[in-house]
Amino acid sequence: MGELVTKSACEELLPLQIGGVQLSELTQTRMTSLAPKRGQEDALSDVLKGAHGMALPAVNRATGREGARAIWFGMGQVMLIGPMPDVALGAFAAMTDQSDAWAVVRLEGTGAEDVLARLVPLDLRSGSFKRGHTARSQLQHMTVSVTRVGEQAFQIMAFRSMAQTLVHELETAMKRVAARSAS
Amino acid sequence: MRLKCPVCGERDRREFYYMGDAVALQRPDPEASDGVWDDYVHNRDNPAGVTRDLWYHEGGCAAWVVVTRNTVTHEILKTELAAHAPKVAS
Repeated sequence: MGELVTKSACEELLPLQIGGVQLSELTQTRMTSLAPKRGQEDALSDVLKGAHGMALPAVNRATGREGARAIWFGMGQVMLIGPMPDVALGAFAAMTDQSDAWAVVRLEGTGAEDVLARLVPLDLRSGSFKRGHTARSQLQHMTVSVTRVGEQAFQIMAFRSMAQTLVHELETAMKRVAARSAS
Repeated sequence: MRLKCPVCGERDRREFYYMGDAVALQRPDPEASDGVWDDYVHNRDNPAGVTRDLWYHEGGCAAWVVVTRNTVTHEILKTELAAHAPKVAS
């Protein structure tokens, strides 16, 4: 068998710095989808709090912090990002290992909202999309998960197979925002 | 056009995939007559007015949504999860 080399989803594409905006990749991260069993959301939330320090997020919300985050990820689904999942969670949720299945990037800087305004059909300004808010939506034609993780920082997730497209779309919008502010 | 997803809230139409008449939720009994099945599979009204159809929140939370809307005024009258929608058109 040949020698296998670890490569992240956006290997050789990131980081990027254009104007006042940085785009970087979150690599080597454990990701587990949690699908709560019917009526077990509260019990699951308690185990999640005890084991990983965050409650089960409500719809359109994320809980936790950098390194250990739980993000609402669609109907009946939450993505646990960071920790190795406690086996006790399995009593209340169906768990699937999603590590390496998603490209995870961080868009940060004073123009980050302007970049996303060109790509995502949602109002992501801080007045309506605050820290801890998340959404499943589209970035151009790709389905993505977008979460505000800081005052001027967003985490964006797309299928790993779309990593290059994700970076291309963001890079193009970053260049145009930078050009617009320079003119 | 904007649709209110019962899960995510109001979203742009481009996040949704249009599937067709919500008649799909009224599947006949397997033993129903050929006439009933023919109607279910092939025959659709094309109303100038209120219609009820199925949309999939593909670029969002993945919910199937029953949308009641007016094809003349483009007014959206109601959106509900297909899982909770009545099986017979109201």
